[in-house]
Amino acid sequence: MIKLYKILLLSLTFFVFSLGSAYADPKKVGFIYIGPPGDHGWTYMHDVGRKHMQSQLGDAVTSTYIENVPENADAVRAIRKLASSGHDLIFTTSFNYMDQTLEVAKEFPNIKFEHATGYKRADNVSTYSARFYEGRTISGHIAGHMTKTNTIGYIASFPIPEVVRGINAFYLAASKVNPDIKIKIIWAFTWYDPGKEADAANTLINQGADILVQHTDTFAPCQAAEKAGVLAFGQASNQEEFCPNAHLTAIEDIWGPYYAARAQAVVDGTWSSEDTWDGMDKGMVVMSPYNTKLMPASLIQEAINMEVAIKDGKLHSFEGPIYNQAGELMVAEGEVADDGMLAGMNWYVQGIDGELPQ
Amino acid sequence: MDFELLYGIVKIILIATTPLVFAGIGELVTEKSGVLNLGVEGMMLVGAVTAFVTLVITGNYILAFTFSILSGVIMSSLFAFLVLILMSNQIATGLALTIFGIGLSSMIGKNYIGTPIEGLSPWFFVIFSFVIVFFISYFFYKTKAGLILRAVGESHNSAHALGYGVLKIRFCSIIFGGAMCALAGSYMSICYAPMWQENMTAGRGWIALALVVFATWKPGRILIGAYIFGGVSILQMNFQAWGLSLPGQFFNMAPYLATLIVLVLISSNKLRVKLSAPAALTIPFFKGR
Repeated sequence: MIKLYKILLLSLTFFVFSLGSAYADPKKVGFIYIGPPGDHGWTYMHDVGRKHMQSQLGDAVTSTYIENVPENADAVRAIRKLASSGHDLIFTTSFNYMDQTLEVAKEFPNIKFEHATGYKRADNVSTYSARFYEGRTISGHIAGHMTKTNTIGYIASFPIPEVVRGINAFYLAASKVNPDIKIKIIWAFTWYDPGKEADAANTLINQGADILVQHTDTFAPCQAAEKAGVLAFGQASNQEEFCPNAHLTAIEDIWGPYYAARAQAVVDGTWSSEDTWDGMDKGMVVMSPYNTKLMPASLIQEAINMEVAIKDGKLHSFEGPIYNQAGELMVAEGEVADDGMLAGMNWYVQGIDGELPQ
Repeated sequence: MDFELLYGIVKIILIATTPLVFAGIGELVTEKSGVLNLGVEGMMLVGAVTAFVTLVITGNYILAFTFSILSGVIMSSLFAFLVLILMSNQIATGLALTIFGIGLSSMIGKNYIGTPIEGLSPWFFVIFSFVIVFFISYFFYKTKAGLILRAVGESHNSAHALGYGVLKIRFCSIIFGGAMCALAGSYMSICYAPMWQENMTAGRGWIALALVVFATWKPGRILIGAYIFGGVSILQMNFQAWGLSLPGQFFNMAPYLATLIVLVLISSNKLRVKLSAPAALTIPFFKGR
């Protein structure tokens, strides 16, 4: 008799709980991070975006994240963990989570997935990215004017199209205002190693670079520039507080509005698989405040004008004629590179020394 | 090549290699006494975050390094207690220490990421790293205490029979190793890349472990191994920046390749390994026997 009573009580409890969740129903949004939110770079900005989404949607969503998820089979486990714990929408925020995201998405057809910087989609998998290269064009323009040694040091991570696109956009803009400019590139083959990034920065400075550009995730290069008395651009977030006398500007990734919109779509039930690649016009790429201590007012004005031109579609980062290193015409005069070419860019433009590691 | 450039390259190599020397020599002493501590990476991280947080709070460099070394002592005492007294498996305990260290350092440093500090000049530590290697070399081969430590690592039963306190000596060696790893970590967060970021040692603890094998457990060779490693990785960056068409990936793996080649070479000559590897490495000591 007691047993029966117990079972009854138990099932009643379950019933009440399931009823409760059916009515309150906050959507659960999960994030997979490649690094720690405290990197003050890539992951940090995704976390800022997550918080923005949370503040915009309030009680309608709850959010969680898993940090330091490696880009290997471990990612499957992490994504599956979120999927199987009742999340409705999952953002995977690094390029090499691509296949893992699709693998888990297949097992959970009712859960929505969003993969950052990738190109493989499914009915329940969207992709999104930002046109960071638009910011590189402005950095390049500034660097072309500011350099005294005509030597720019560029710390790159991995030879993937996104990074190569950044280098090309930067060089095209820099060489336009300063044809004598030389760009020295070090591939660090890591996103995250403060020591190695500092080594690369010091090596470039030692070889005569007076402006550093980075496509790695920590502020070590900026700090090295500050110490050596040269200039630098921040990466992913405004890093001026770490190197106030070196930091010219930074390209910031603004994910918040996108995350809020996508989470809202899930709440409203209007979510569908899409491919988003927004730039400055939609506010997904923003330049940090230009450093007035270091840059002349006229140059700051030029940079702001360029921002407006890019937003209006009057200026494109890849305007023809563009030649590759072998001298072949890649983009004809009067044309701009299409998204397909940009997405798969694996060649240097003419004028860059050295060979692109494949 | 002009002198200025060369001088700059040498400077960068010296600064980049020093943490490897500290961690490597610390682990070497531990292993010489017959204990393998795989917790190098974890102890480096805890040392790094302790030094950084202490510096931010007190602004005192001496306190920062003192507390950092103390944190290494505590971490390694914990390890020593587990493997010497409770006789847990050294490899598993060492791995656990690394995982624990990664988590603990992230937790302590959570609110200190990105706090700007005034970095300290690395040159004192660069010189100190050479001095310490010389000192350890002298200690091992010219003093009686060094001979006893090595004896404990070769055959703890013989050393015990002769009346030496095996556990006491191992305990001291483990603590020395922990202190050196913490010093390597604090050098990283205060001199090398003056900042705190999670997991900032980025695998250097594992390189230090490989260095001990590379050095065939001889202190002087730690210096040689560390500088080959540091030198190759900095030189490949210079080659890249000169625009020499050499595959960057190759040069990034070159240091690891060099370690691997040495490992193969020394293991092909069984006698040479037997001569230099401490015979009692990873073997626990039971006092009752």
